[in-house]
Amino acid sequence: MFVTSALSPQELTRIDVHIATHKAMPGALLPLLHAIQDDFGWVSEECYLPISKALALSVAEVHGVVTFYHHFHTHPVGKHILQVCRAESCQAMGSQKLEKDIKTALGIDYHETTKDGAVTLLPVYCLGNCACSPAVMLDDEVYGRMTAEKVADIVAEARAV
Amino acid sequence: MAIKVYVPRDSSALSLGADRTAKAIQAEAAKRGIEIELIRNGSRGLFWLEPFVEVATDKGRVAFAPVQPKDVASLFDADFLNNGAHALNLGLTEELAWLKKQQRLTFARVGITDPVSLEDYLAHDGYKGLKNALNMTGAEIVKSVTDSGLRGRGGAAFPTGIKWNTVLGCQVEQKYIVCNADEGDSGTYSDRMIMENDPFVLIEGMTIAGVAVGANMGYIYLRSEYPHALKVLNEAIAKAEAAGYLGDKICGSSHTFNLEVRRAAGAYICGEETSLLESLEGKRGQVRFKPPLPAIEGLFGKPTVVNNVISLATIPIILDKGAQYYADYGMGRSRGTLPIQLAGNIKHGGLVELAFGATLRELLYDFGGGSFTGKPIRAVQVGGPLGAFLPESQFDTPLDYEEFSKIWAVLGHGGIVAFDDTVDMAKMARYAFEFCAIESCGKCTPCRIGSTRGVEVIDRIIANKNALDTNGVKEHAKQVQLVRDLSDTMINGSLCALGGMTPYPVLSAMNHFGEDFGLENR
Repeated sequence: MFVTSALSPQELTRIDVHIATHKAMPGALLPLLHAIQDDFGWVSEECYLPISKALALSVAEVHGVVTFYHHFHTHPVGKHILQVCRAESCQAMGSQKLEKDIKTALGIDYHETTKDGAVTLLPVYCLGNCACSPAVMLDDEVYGRMTAEKVADIVAEARAV
Repeated sequence: MAIKVYVPRDSSALSLGADRTAKAIQAEAAKRGIEIELIRNGSRGLFWLEPFVEVATDKGRVAFAPVQPKDVASLFDADFLNNGAHALNLGLTEELAWLKKQQRLTFARVGITDPVSLEDYLAHDGYKGLKNALNMTGAEIVKSVTDSGLRGRGGAAFPTGIKWNTVLGCQVEQKYIVCNADEGDSGTYSDRMIMENDPFVLIEGMTIAGVAVGANMGYIYLRSEYPHALKVLNEAIAKAEAAGYLGDKICGSSHTFNLEVRRAAGAYICGEETSLLESLEGKRGQVRFKPPLPAIEGLFGKPTVVNNVISLATIPIILDKGAQYYADYGMGRSRGTLPIQLAGNIKHGGLVELAFGATLRELLYDFGGGSFTGKPIRAVQVGGPLGAFLPESQFDTPLDYEEFSKIWAVLGHGGIVAFDDTVDMAKMARYAFEFCAIESCGKCTPCRIGSTRGVEVIDRIIANKNALDTNGVKEHAKQVQLVRDLSDTMINGSLCALGGMTPYPVLSAMNHFGEDFGLENR
């Protein structure tokens, strides 16, 4: 399937370890994909074949599952993921302007990564922080009552680390 | 003895800086050589006052809020540890009108206890429901749930006891309890609050469900946007296992019940129970045809109880205090309480648990304090992205499943999103279609195609809104009729609520706020 592999032999071994750890679970595919993404930051197409073999699925089925879910990334992402809530509660608190300002500040649109590889910007539909709208999430942390300035501070802080 | 200081660990509190506040308090106490015991409790749900700090005194817990790191030194100067006078001193937490007016049953412990302390849970009536359940037959437990009048709090409002009874009646060895924790509706966060702030009540509720219907395995299908809930749940499950509340022979009985959290992956549709089950099985989250009902052929083809977090978290109090105790709250066929979530453009956003029957107006103004921006509240959306938009003329509707359905609206999961008078309702209608297009599982045509066509038609309505010539007027009317026809197809032809209810926000926006669609001067 692949003429050359973009993943190193060590990385391929890591994928095999994830497969071995998860394959006996009932309904193993999602937990397995989560484990791979937690490890690599994204799910490479190169995983499809070994996963399909281990779980007795077709490659197309694995591809179908990976691409069905917004959470799984099929391409490498930045060091940090910034998700901006687009849902109604945040809209009621001015998130549409916030989205625009964030895109301008970072110089990217949704599903893109900044040139320095630091931040990937994604839309999200509700973070469950609706009493403190508008909300964003940087990696695993939620932030409420956001303004473009506050988001810039959070991003700058993350970049500095 | 060290004075107890409470700083919440709830996500919303963290989102407003609770961690920094906690650190500042600890550092300041250390600097002054004062010994304190810092407890990371759950949130009381007064989110406009987070970080909401409390100090234990002999009269009860005193609230200081909102506390930012810059306030900490002055709080110590004012001797806040001994209820000292300070601008942020709100008095006894229990006496705050916002909390006092509530009827907290499902949320009885939320904000009071340390979420991951089993000792705390037990000290606050925890596991009393399970103790009672273990002395009852499955049929008796199910009867108690049925008699309580509890209806599915996820939004569909189907009687929980009837669902359980179907699973109880299936004569097979393997059955499952699945908790739907894929809380994707905008304006809702009560599931998250239960999971982060009182996880044991959900674990206990699921265990009782397992004992009742004869299921030995439970799954919590948790949305991936809730990483804090994941950590708290896993920590609580490990503690429950270690103490014999989960696993083989729970509490020395003959029952086995194991519990596992499974992460969802950001698909709104997986909040629909059959697509949730597909997802748990490791497939694309596509909606299943019904029948068969999940109660008969659910997860891995086995009989499965699928309940929302709030439904399951309400089971312990029903089994503890009795079905009648719970049923005594509420109105009509809506029994018990509803944890309502105030969201969007609202001054005092937060969690209000009340018996069914309060009006929207009471919630928006008495609790909510009006809009955040101070402008008039023009519209509210109740029940998430598939709920209707309500104009001011409908604010006196009592929160009751049947009363809402009379005005072609839904209560859903109890989320209320307020919008001030700057909202453009044509844009909100467009967004409803857009959201449906993004989240459609693609299985049925009305939803998959209808949502995209809907966006296009609304765009044409917006573009032609102010056309004055006859041709423009005709074209506009044609597009409006097209939206109505399309909505009709989606309502009657979609497999599940995503396609079937997207017309609720669209048509309610059009019917109540016609001026935003250029319908006024026609």
